[in-house]
Amino acid sequence: MEVDLLKTMLRDMLLARAFEERAAQEYAQGNIAGFLHLYPGEEAIAVGVLRAAEPADYIVSTYREHVHALVRGIPPGVVMAELFGKKDGCSGGMGGSMHLFDRERRFMGGYAIVGETFPVATGIGYAVAMRRLPEAVICFFGDGAVNQGTFHESLNMAALWKLPVLFVCENNHYQIGTEIHRHSAVAEVWKRACGYRIPAKRIDGMDVLAVHEATVAALEQIRAGNGPQLLECETYRFRGHSMADPGSYRPKVELQAFEDNEDPVKIAIAETVAAYPTGEQIAAAGSGNIERLSGHLQQSELLTAAQLEAMRKEVAEVVEEAVHFAARSPEPAMEDAQAALDCNRHDEVLI
Amino acid sequence: MADEIYYWQALNRALDAELAADDSVIVLGEDVGLYGGSYRVTEGLYAKYGEWRLRDTPISEGSFTGLGVGAALAGLRPVVEIMTVNFALLAFDAIINMAAKIPFMSGGQFPMPLVVRMPGGVAKQLAAQHSQRLEQMLMNVPGLRIAVPATPQDAWWQLRQAIRSDEPIVLLEHELLYFSKASLDMQLEAPPMHRAQVRREGKDLTIITWSRMLDLSLRAAGKLADNGIEAEVIDLRSLRPVDWERCAASLKKTHRLLIVEEDSHFAGAGAEIAAGLGERCFYELDAPPQRVAAREIPIPYNATLEAAAIPRVADIVAAAGKLCG
Repeated sequence: MEVDLLKTMLRDMLLARAFEERAAQEYAQGNIAGFLHLYPGEEAIAVGVLRAAEPADYIVSTYREHVHALVRGIPPGVVMAELFGKKDGCSGGMGGSMHLFDRERRFMGGYAIVGETFPVATGIGYAVAMRRLPEAVICFFGDGAVNQGTFHESLNMAALWKLPVLFVCENNHYQIGTEIHRHSAVAEVWKRACGYRIPAKRIDGMDVLAVHEATVAALEQIRAGNGPQLLECETYRFRGHSMADPGSYRPKVELQAFEDNEDPVKIAIAETVAAYPTGEQIAAAGSGNIERLSGHLQQSELLTAAQLEAMRKEVAEVVEEAVHFAARSPEPAMEDAQAALDCNRHDEVLI
Repeated sequence: MADEIYYWQALNRALDAELAADDSVIVLGEDVGLYGGSYRVTEGLYAKYGEWRLRDTPISEGSFTGLGVGAALAGLRPVVEIMTVNFALLAFDAIINMAAKIPFMSGGQFPMPLVVRMPGGVAKQLAAQHSQRLEQMLMNVPGLRIAVPATPQDAWWQLRQAIRSDEPIVLLEHELLYFSKASLDMQLEAPPMHRAQVRREGKDLTIITWSRMLDLSLRAAGKLADNGIEAEVIDLRSLRPVDWERCAASLKKTHRLLIVEEDSHFAGAGAEIAAGLGERCFYELDAPPQRVAAREIPIPYNATLEAAAIPRVADIVAAAGKLCG
């Protein structure tokens, strides 16, 4: 893998973590309200998937989508302004945290009803397939969404008509407070895709390289006209479902274990920063990961600890500036709301 | 030159015209392709335009309507056919949470050129699950428009206007209107999609109605004329928005309002129309607005009870007579 891409993905993940932690602070201070669903713990998925996508691809996301928007290239200030409900937000302050849209970047929205991303993505895929374009649609969803009818209905149609959709499950094992074995008779999401003859794979969603590699391979198949694919990325969210949820239903030891051993940011740093792994790390990683680590270490241009610090400092400044931008942005007026509603009315004057 | 044609044929010609004019128009739904449509509305179009333009879907109302939303976001102009309004309850998430909200929630970035066509209404002994009207459920959703064509001419005009519009539009058709026949002039210029039409002029009361109840109201007006009561009959044509202007102008002349609707009385479309015109025309009215509507029961299978559950011509005549008495 190219070193530049590796560095880019590491920066994405650092920015994502810093942005979300800051959003939590801004929520606590009352600058952000409503439902705020944060992404720490799951960064490797958004980064690994979206860095494998092309600018012409379409992204359909859920209500936990700030990081998808950031990685897709929506400026952090514009995302933060939307969380603040301001006029310069990417949805003009009409959508908020759960409804980020950016037409130019083909960011087709965050959807806050669980299971809505499936038909929307399938419909965009239909338009792409009908026009025989080499574009793909990336459809994010959580493990809780697979028991909605739309999952099954949409996968059926996507497979039936060979639509270019990559279904990406962010399996954090909890639908709000209910653990996957208590909400799904079959807890392996990838197996569900078999019922629709959709090629599917379960991957380590904490490892950005694994996610990226699997996405590249899946998109290649999709662009070759072979129809949809599904990736189940196993992950864990370090926070509650939303800011309104302390997440107390999860055993402390479980959260601690994920934070200590599975933090995707720490893993990405370990894969990027030039440092010899400890004996314990080598023993814990197993042979595949040893090869991966040593492979990176052999390259000459990897990040130094000082460069990592500089990167952390730079993203902290970006987040600071994003908050300033959001704070300075004006409130939208009721006329702006009316204009948003009437965007598709053109010149028609109602009687 | 105006031909006499069936309502379904007018819809068919409208689809044909728009499919021919714009290759981003597609039609989705159960049996709309090879089969030609449950009510023949898409007859012959599959052979002409192929499977990508006329897509037979699985029985997945929620997701194929949502698929229409996604396709509209990507620049297509989908016409989703839901076999009957009763099945649309499974698609309300796509219609209400997605189609009506996305243009707004995106801050105006994404228009929604989506048409959802579906027949509603009481037909012939289809029982409670296949006899609903449900228009009032959709009327309460900002961001949606609802057109209710009652004639082949309006079916032709309003479906074409709906397809060309960038707003999400529900076209509520009626199962008993598909095989009604009237003249269609394809050259005639269309009025605005939501412009109400005076179908019969009169001076003694205004009957406001739409869809299949237009025919019953006109027949009632004929009988009323025999008794010396001249009813003005307005076909609303659109339930959101409502053409208040034309309704108010009529009330200024007649001073009496009777609303005739096929859906049930309580919290129905008629309640909104009565309230809206009460606010606008209170001092013009000589009597409180009255409504003739369906009874507060699910539609019975039994034919006699079914007929008695919704307004009949005699009910309209009686209510109008009382209002003018």
